[in-house]
Amino acid sequence: MGLKLKQSYHHSAVAVKVNEQMGTKRGYTFIQSNRAWLPKFLLLWVMVMAFLSTWIYKKMDADNKVRRKEVLSTMCEQRARMLQDQFSVSVNHVHALAILVSTFHYYKDSSAIDQETFAEYTARTAFERPLLSGVAYAERVRHSEREKFERQHGWTIKTMKREPSPIRDEYAPVIFSQETVSYIESLDMMSGEEDRENILRARATGKAVLTSPFRLLGSHHLGVVLTFPVYKSKLPPNPTVEERIEATAGYLGGAFDVESLVENLLGQLAGNQAILVNVYDITNSSDHLIMYGNQNQEGDLALLHESKLDFGDPFRKHQMICRYHQKAPTSWTALTTAFLFFVICLLVGYILYGAAIHIVKVEDDFHEMQELMVRAEAADVAKSQFLATVSHEIRTPMNGILGMLALLLDTDLSSTQRDYAQTAQACGKALIALINEVLDRAKIEAGKLELENVPFDLRSILDDVLSLFSEKSRKKGLELAVFVSDKVPEMVMGDPGRFRQIITNLVGNSVKFTERGHILVKVHVAENPKPIDDAKAETCLNGGLDEGALISGGRQFNTLSGYEAADEQNSWDSFQHLVTAEALQNDASVRMTDADEAFQSVTLMVSVEDTGIGIPLIAQDRVFMPFMQADSSTSRNYGGTGIGLSITKCLVELMGGHISFISRPQVGSTFSFTTAFGRCKKASLSDTKKSNAEDLPSGFRGLKAIVVDGKPVRAAVTRYHLKRLGMLVEVANNVKIAASACGKNGSSYGSKIQPDIVLVEKDSWLSGEDGSLSLRMLDCKQNGFKLPKMILLATNITNAELEGAKAAGFADTTIMKPLRASMVAACLQQVLGTGKKRQPGKGILNGSSVLGSLLCGKKILVVDDNMVNRRVAAGALKKFGAAVECAESGKTALKLLQLPHSFDACFMDIQMPEMDGFEATRRIRMMESQANEQMNGGADEGSGRKDEWHLPILAMTADVIHATYEECLKCGMDGYVSKPFEEENLYQAVAKFFKTKPISDS
Amino acid sequence: MDRNRLQHQVACMRRSLFDQGYLDEPFIQLEELQDDANPNFVQEIVTLFYTNSARLIQNIEHALNSRPIDFNKLDDHMHQFKGSSSSIGAKKVTNECTVFRDYCSAENAEGCSRSFQQVKQEYAILRRKLEVYLQMVRQAAVSQTA
Repeated sequence: MGLKLKQSYHHSAVAVKVNEQMGTKRGYTFIQSNRAWLPKFLLLWVMVMAFLSTWIYKKMDADNKVRRKEVLSTMCEQRARMLQDQFSVSVNHVHALAILVSTFHYYKDSSAIDQETFAEYTARTAFERPLLSGVAYAERVRHSEREKFERQHGWTIKTMKREPSPIRDEYAPVIFSQETVSYIESLDMMSGEEDRENILRARATGKAVLTSPFRLLGSHHLGVVLTFPVYKSKLPPNPTVEERIEATAGYLGGAFDVESLVENLLGQLAGNQAILVNVYDITNSSDHLIMYGNQNQEGDLALLHESKLDFGDPFRKHQMICRYHQKAPTSWTALTTAFLFFVICLLVGYILYGAAIHIVKVEDDFHEMQELMVRAEAADVAKSQFLATVSHEIRTPMNGILGMLALLLDTDLSSTQRDYAQTAQACGKALIALINEVLDRAKIEAGKLELENVPFDLRSILDDVLSLFSEKSRKKGLELAVFVSDKVPEMVMGDPGRFRQIITNLVGNSVKFTERGHILVKVHVAENPKPIDDAKAETCLNGGLDEGALISGGRQFNTLSGYEAADEQNSWDSFQHLVTAEALQNDASVRMTDADEAFQSVTLMVSVEDTGIGIPLIAQDRVFMPFMQADSSTSRNYGGTGIGLSITKCLVELMGGHISFISRPQVGSTFSFTTAFGRCKKASLSDTKKSNAEDLPSGFRGLKAIVVDGKPVRAAVTRYHLKRLGMLVEVANNVKIAASACGKNGSSYGSKIQPDIVLVEKDSWLSGEDGSLSLRMLDCKQNGFKLPKMILLATNITNAELEGAKAAGFADTTIMKPLRASMVAACLQQVLGTGKKRQPGKGILNGSSVLGSLLCGKKILVVDDNMVNRRVAAGALKKFGAAVECAESGKTALKLLQLPHSFDACFMDIQMPEMDGFEATRRIRMMESQANEQMNGGADEGSGRKDEWHLPILAMTADVIHATYEECLKCGMDGYVSKPFEEENLYQAVAKFFKTKPISDS
Repeated sequence: MDRNRLQHQVACMRRSLFDQGYLDEPFIQLEELQDDANPNFVQEIVTLFYTNSARLIQNIEHALNSRPIDFNKLDDHMHQFKGSSSSIGAKKVTNECTVFRDYCSAENAEGCSRSFQQVKQEYAILRRKLEVYLQMVRQAAVSQTA
């Protein structure tokens, strides 16, 4: 029950945990909760990034423009300064020339300069005036002096158009000229509008004066004319305009061929091609006169730079305008940068978006998976429950079918019909068996299988299992035997039903797959398995092994039947160690038991060895998987579903053990498993010993027996069974030795016993000489000894052999194998004629004998308010030999159940008027506990009774819902049986009390 | 021959009772309980069932007619009736009883009285069939001993 409760707690705990998990997992992450916004986030991101990249582009572009402008202005300024400097250098030089002319032409008497000198000088100093195409000197000639002048020079003054000059106030004929401009000699400079103006302005200011640009005479290039006044006499400081005009002697002029000069100049500078330069005369601000450059407005109009030019003439203003030749090129760098930035941001955005989408998807998947997992788990639980329910539901109609078939078989049937019906019944039984197995497995999987922990006798369970298979094994001619080591405690705590199931499964398998040889179940304690060295030296127990060790045609193995077994450790060599070890152990038994008390549990090693077809190597690793057989032909040949071993494994593991096997094809398999059982406490041991003693009659204690058997293992098994009956056993290898033991009473053989019984194995008898045995026996008789009883042991025996045996002296009896202690006891009783103190109940040997033996003579109270139910229950229980009394209500039951109890058990209906089954049970338990307390108070005085009052109460209920069962346990009931009674169910419920509890009253 | 025929008839009758769903498994168990020690066990139980049922039906009728209807009491009676029916394996009656108890737990008076009619009808049918069957069983038994 404790286990049960724990399990249910566990279940609910798991459920709660799952719920919690669900709760926490439902709290979505940030991304998950904003999933609908993700595309919008992406769009926003893209837009922001597009804006940002546009901004970057604009900024870079603007920077570019500023730089371009700076470059332009620097270049423009540079050009302007250069032009200006060059210009002023030329002007200065013309100035110097003017001073030269005035010095050498006027201050000297008889002028030092004539045309020739002037031309030479100016030609030689032309490098100083790179901007000037040429210089010339024109003298001021008043009209009054014209004739004189003309006569003096021998030519007339001409106008610019090379005509003789008309009459004017003044003239300015060129008298000296550089060779490059010699064509203007004798021309009157005052005749040209531009020059005249220039001359007048120059003599008024006394400074260099420039004309506005015009097409020059010689080259037709645009140019300007520079004019310097030359004064006759030294001027006073700060002269007035009139003084200047008066002092003017002539004019020095030079033509600047601006166009070619500027061209020249710019050609020397870098970046010439990139920019376009225009030079303007902006004296008249409304009408700019171009001095240099193309008048057409081409190039980049958007960007221009203006630089002021100062050519030294305050009256004239000049300006240089520069612009780029080509429009500003598209700024690819900026464009690329911005574009790349945008692309990168776009990618980053997309990656983030993708990641978010992925996260969302993964989380979605995760939730889905989780849900699926919960559903799968639920489905798994549901599956197991469904299996359990359905199996149960199927069993009910199947029982009907089987019952009907049984009835059908009882009627008069033709042989064909009978055959059909029998087949149907066999099938039905197989189906029920399968359903039970499936149910078991489902229960194990659903974790609903509970293990009992009750004391039980392991040896008798093994005997029971053996008897189950005895018929089959005998039919096949197999040796079936069980051997339990003496060290294994008589009573252990554990689950007998499940233990039996495991053994039944394994032995059943072995029987199924074995056609010749033997099946041996061996149990020993797994602790301290050290081999004893002394025993190793001694190869055989009694005498030589060689005798009879060879069978015609094959090697003889030291196993139970002589056939080879898969696990060689299991053969006689190790077996012998076990036996001898035990013998030594028994000597020191007192010490050992003390030591053993310390351990609460004992680990048993159980092995089931057969000499069957074995398991193919390829199939060995899936032996324990459900519904897996070695191959498909296995189920064809041998039947079965392959679920048995998987259940066995589950059970073994539930019992805290481990199962393994060794198998060799065509040789056999050995399955071994360990289980841990609790040791019984001393008190309960003494109780159980009583009941054990009832099982096995004690009338054979002290009897002496000789076992004649050539095979040591088999002999050991026989000895084990006889020892359980308390007999002293010697083993003889063959008949001769046995006979001599009888005859000479231990003188030669060393045996100290006078045997009461001689058990002879059939093989030994057959191999020995027929006559010798009886002769020996007769010999014994003549010697005056009491003739021992002769018993033949055989697995199967033919009638002829039986006759032969009787003739040879085995008149007493033949014991058919497999050996069981109780059966041996029965046979011996028969032979020895010892007291037949069998219990009356045991006489019934029909199908329900077990239940009968349990219930026989027990006094049972049935409590049910329903008359019909009461009667049916009573009828069923009476059938198994119980004495039944009835009560029709809880109250009546209480009255009947006063202490001391006169009943052995009570079957209680749950739903009853006035007082229901739960309530009645509760009251009975209360009553009992009070009584127990009182009794325990005076228990020390040795009232003799260590038992507490506890009447087994079983609920009778039609619904077998689990909750009802728990409720039953809660109020102190010991179990429940379903109404209407099923034999199996009843047995399971009842066996718990009547097998293990000592009978209190009888 | 006669004996065989009778036995065959009994088997047929029994078969049909099961096939038509009047009886089920518990009845087989009852029959199993009948042995030499208890030769008339089935007859005895069935008779017990008749008397018990008659009393219960009367009680239920009484309870149904009284006003207001005490559904708890009605349910108790019907529980008893259902218990004994299922005990002898009267399958159809048991089923009807279940229907009745469903109505009863829903406190549906009309449904109760309607299904009670059904219960009574099924009970009457079963009783008639069982009487015939047991009669035949007796005859077969007599002829067997003779």
